[in-house]
Amino acid sequence: MCHIKQVKLLDRFSNKSVTGTLHLTATHLIFVESNSTSAQEIWILHHHIASVEKLSLTTSGCPLLIQCRNFRLVHFVIPRERDCHDIYSSLLRLLRPVSYDELYAFSYNPKQNDQQREEGWQLIDLAAEFERMGVPCDQWQLTDVNREYKVCETYPRDLYVPITASKPIIIGSSKFRSKGRFPVLTYFYQEKKAAVCRCSQPLSGFSARCLEDEHMLQAISKANHNSRYIYVMDTRPKLNALANRAAGKGYENEDNYPNIRFQFVGIENIHVMRGSLQKLLEVMGTRSLSMTDYLVGLENSGWLRHIKAIMDAAIFLAKAVTDEGASVLVHCSDGWDRTAQVCALGSLLLDPYYRTIKGFMVLIEKDWISFGHKFADRCDQLDPDPKEVSPIFTQFLECVWQLTEQFPQAFEFSEWFLIQIHEHVHSCQFGNFLGNSQRLKERTYSLWAHLLSEKQNYLNPVYSPSFAESHPVLEPSTQAYHFKFWRNMYHQYDRSMHPRQSILKHVLTLKESNRELEGTVQALKTVSSPQQFERSHPPRPQSLILGAPLLSRKEVQQEEDEEVFGEEAREDAPASTGGERTVEGSSATENGYGELKGSFDSKNEPAVVTLEFGVARMTC
Amino acid sequence: MEFAELIKTPRVDGVVLHRPFMPTVEGTLCLTGHHLILSSRQDNTEELWLLHANIDSIEKRFVGSLGTIIVKCKDLRVIQLDIPGMEECLNIASSIEALSTLDSVSLMYPFFYRPLFEVIEDGWQLFVPEEAFKDLESMVLFYPWNETTLFGLPKEDEEDNIALWSAESAFTVDEAVMMRAAQPLTGTNGRRCKEDEKLINATLCAGKRGYIIDTRTIAVAQQAKTRGGGFEQEANYPQWRRIHKAIERSNVLQDSLIKLVEACNDQSHSMDRWLSKLEASNWQSKVKEILTTACLAAQCIDREGASVLVHGTEGTDSTLQVTSLAQIILDPACRTIRGFEVLIEREWLQAGHPFQQRCAQSAYSNGKPRSEAPVFLLFLDCVWQILRQFPCSFQFNENLLIMFFEHAYASQFGTFLGNCVAERVKLQLSQKTVSLWSWVNRPQELERFLNPLYEPNNLVIWPSVAPQSLLLWEGVFLRWNRSTKCLDEACQEMVHIIEYNKELQNKVNSLRRQLAQLETEDSPLQTP
Repeated sequence: MCHIKQVKLLDRFSNKSVTGTLHLTATHLIFVESNSTSAQEIWILHHHIASVEKLSLTTSGCPLLIQCRNFRLVHFVIPRERDCHDIYSSLLRLLRPVSYDELYAFSYNPKQNDQQREEGWQLIDLAAEFERMGVPCDQWQLTDVNREYKVCETYPRDLYVPITASKPIIIGSSKFRSKGRFPVLTYFYQEKKAAVCRCSQPLSGFSARCLEDEHMLQAISKANHNSRYIYVMDTRPKLNALANRAAGKGYENEDNYPNIRFQFVGIENIHVMRGSLQKLLEVMGTRSLSMTDYLVGLENSGWLRHIKAIMDAAIFLAKAVTDEGASVLVHCSDGWDRTAQVCALGSLLLDPYYRTIKGFMVLIEKDWISFGHKFADRCDQLDPDPKEVSPIFTQFLECVWQLTEQFPQAFEFSEWFLIQIHEHVHSCQFGNFLGNSQRLKERTYSLWAHLLSEKQNYLNPVYSPSFAESHPVLEPSTQAYHFKFWRNMYHQYDRSMHPRQSILKHVLTLKESNRELEGTVQALKTVSSPQQFERSHPPRPQSLILGAPLLSRKEVQQEEDEEVFGEEAREDAPASTGGERTVEGSSATENGYGELKGSFDSKNEPAVVTLEFGVARMTC
Repeated sequence: MEFAELIKTPRVDGVVLHRPFMPTVEGTLCLTGHHLILSSRQDNTEELWLLHANIDSIEKRFVGSLGTIIVKCKDLRVIQLDIPGMEECLNIASSIEALSTLDSVSLMYPFFYRPLFEVIEDGWQLFVPEEAFKDLESMVLFYPWNETTLFGLPKEDEEDNIALWSAESAFTVDEAVMMRAAQPLTGTNGRRCKEDEKLINATLCAGKRGYIIDTRTIAVAQQAKTRGGGFEQEANYPQWRRIHKAIERSNVLQDSLIKLVEACNDQSHSMDRWLSKLEASNWQSKVKEILTTACLAAQCIDREGASVLVHGTEGTDSTLQVTSLAQIILDPACRTIRGFEVLIEREWLQAGHPFQQRCAQSAYSNGKPRSEAPVFLLFLDCVWQILRQFPCSFQFNENLLIMFFEHAYASQFGTFLGNCVAERVKLQLSQKTVSLWSWVNRPQELERFLNPLYEPNNLVIWPSVAPQSLLLWEGVFLRWNRSTKCLDEACQEMVHIIEYNKELQNKVNSLRRQLAQLETEDSPLQTP
């Protein structure tokens, strides 16, 4: 552990800066502001760092620019070039772990015993999930064909296939599919007995056929008596699929597969998505961005267009299942990126369970983790290959956020749940996204248990279970103007941009307070009922006596304030500095309304404005 | 003129009304002098009452003998009427066209409207300018509001509407004022006016400085010289610093609104097309520009303790946007319903914003705009942006802003008629029409406009003006293009949580009181 004093932290969007000390530990880079009254601390997990850049020397020192995967960007100025270089080279070494064992998950210890850890891992049970959907049933069975992960090593062990799909058919089909990913069930819509299945592209080339694969699709079709046909959704743009044909892959020929309705959806590939996000971040990171550049940049990045494409595909899937009662088979190239997005989002539209906190965890576990989304590659956890990195999972989370904007009462969780999951996909603090081996689980902890333990932070106060009853299937509008830029995700750490008062946090606090008040009312009623009062004089709890301060709303707020949402590594952060929080970015100068030229009669820049309410709620 | 002359067909049966996100209604269409009414004659279906004045433009279409009139309203709603019979349809259309573009102000509905409610508090008497300025200290005594002649304003100067507004000492250490004016008439040869210089300089105590915020760019201000206008030369106003900002003139605004509404109404847009149309409308840029300038003015006062003089060309458009927004930022009183009404009265109505000219047409106008411009709507949009960022600091909610937008364009009340105070006096509005304030301030109406999250916040509220923080005002621009059922229900749930909290607090308090009583009754028994 080393530390450097007198380091300046420059604000990303204004000319403000603060001075403090920079500490480097084995897992974190920590900046502690020296000003003792409002000493802010910034903890950056090494795994979150996407890039470190040393800029050219300035008169005040050596600038170090650190970009994080959670879209945080910090700009330090270190007085001595030597120190800067030391930090720089240490970070370069630390931010690219070479072996699994170096990941934070293996050193992270939340002070739980083995039993607690195991319970954490047992929270999500996919067999139980399929049972909840009504599978196995008279048409769908559990197959043990992949027991040893031999048929398809990127699939889970337990797979569900139509009862008419025999082992030879499965194995034949798997040989005709890219990476052996043959069609299997991922969601069963019990009401219409319609299935959502997933697979990878067929190795059809220009003319190749596979009878077993054709049988497999027939079997899926036959398993659903409500519809004579199934939809096959190729989530790629047609051009990409055509190009794949030349490489011996491709898509289903409708002539060879009876009873299928083939459909291209046109979601772009991982490279396009990576480029799109990069463009988006570049635009959003511009200082004193004009409205024109913002809107043009948003358009040119194509980001929202891609989000809409994914949403459109999911809606297509949901409509096919609910309106036509048809089964749907989804694939892309390898069936672990776009396919995961569409299947997961489609299921979320179909089933209110996935819109609860627990259900959402199950959904991610099922469609992303168990079906082999390559988190390590896509999120750049290990083994850096820049061509494999892509914000596929981020896009899924954003699609869900877009839905929460249209249906504020449909989700048990708020956007902070989504953002927190995003943090931890990159933090490598929990074992969930690292791999699927039993050995791994023995040495790491589950994110889901951790998130459930602080569930109250992620609740949506206006969530209504009865909404799920009246709207079992969500039918979002796909008008372009419904898709918005997700400021709280991409500017989570740029607090000056956030609303200074958060309705969400305010109402959440009130709801919490309602629960406490209900308890107090109960307690008071018991105590003050005359009979009981005379019979005995039970020692009354302090807080019930008139005049004793009830845990007031403000106090509740302050307590909550200390649980800073969305800051990584809360557990091992030192005791919160507490005290009064100030509104960052609430000083007029910081907002950059325009520099006053030659400000005469200059007073000292007053301390940042303190808002008693809503201040710390800014974190949301 | 009799309205009857304009109404050839007063009644048509079997008319079908189509509205977005609402079931179609079949019924009888009636035209009166001021309203278009559609009644289904069934108990539980909603009737349509539309002020002719609210109609911006209409389109006619025919398929066989079935005519269709598409009515585009100033509040941005678009409705469709299917009218059987070609002649009826043509008659109705021409009547609507005539009645919605009446020339004479005195034929407008406010002169005919009789309130169905009892006027408890006459809105016309509510806001007396002297009252509004009473908080000002000694300076005001020197420069009373409407006695500008006292200090000899030169005739050739357009500065006939200087207003002073005091920054509350609560948030400024030094007494600073905000003033507005029109441009000085310096012209190309740099004319000076001793009286004007004296007046402007007199607002500052010795040794104090001030800022002049010119809402135009320096280039535009230079150009204005050729038309006899101009700006203050620093040499002649030594205590003042001039800052130029780039708020465009109001005539560009109308075009911007038309483009924005067009973009919002086209349901076939792809993502890219939507964003590029939104950008091309330039509306959001204007929101950002105005908010930025208002923040700058507020910053001068709050941070520098300096006085501020704001002007553009006439001092009746962008100037008012800036001064009124700055006050909302600085002064918590402006964030209450009453305070906001006072602000509109003082900074818009009294200050001479030409409402009648600016709001004659809205986004669907076909003709060449004369002096129409959504200056006031843009101001309301900016207020909404601040409200979004400080959702607990305003006593009112979005509905109040939308209501002001509607009434500025078409109303049964006389408040927004006329272009300046003098015109309103001439029209005898206060005797002949009902004031909007008489209606809004009734407790029954106010309820709709209250923000359940409101907690008075005495601090200056600095909004973020980053483009990422500024949103499209969906409540106005997408109001008729989306179903708000889910959002409304969520909002109700929120209100329920807040009200339940109050209820519980009360319950706890009363139980505590009971308990305390029991305790006092009980305690003598305990002492032996």
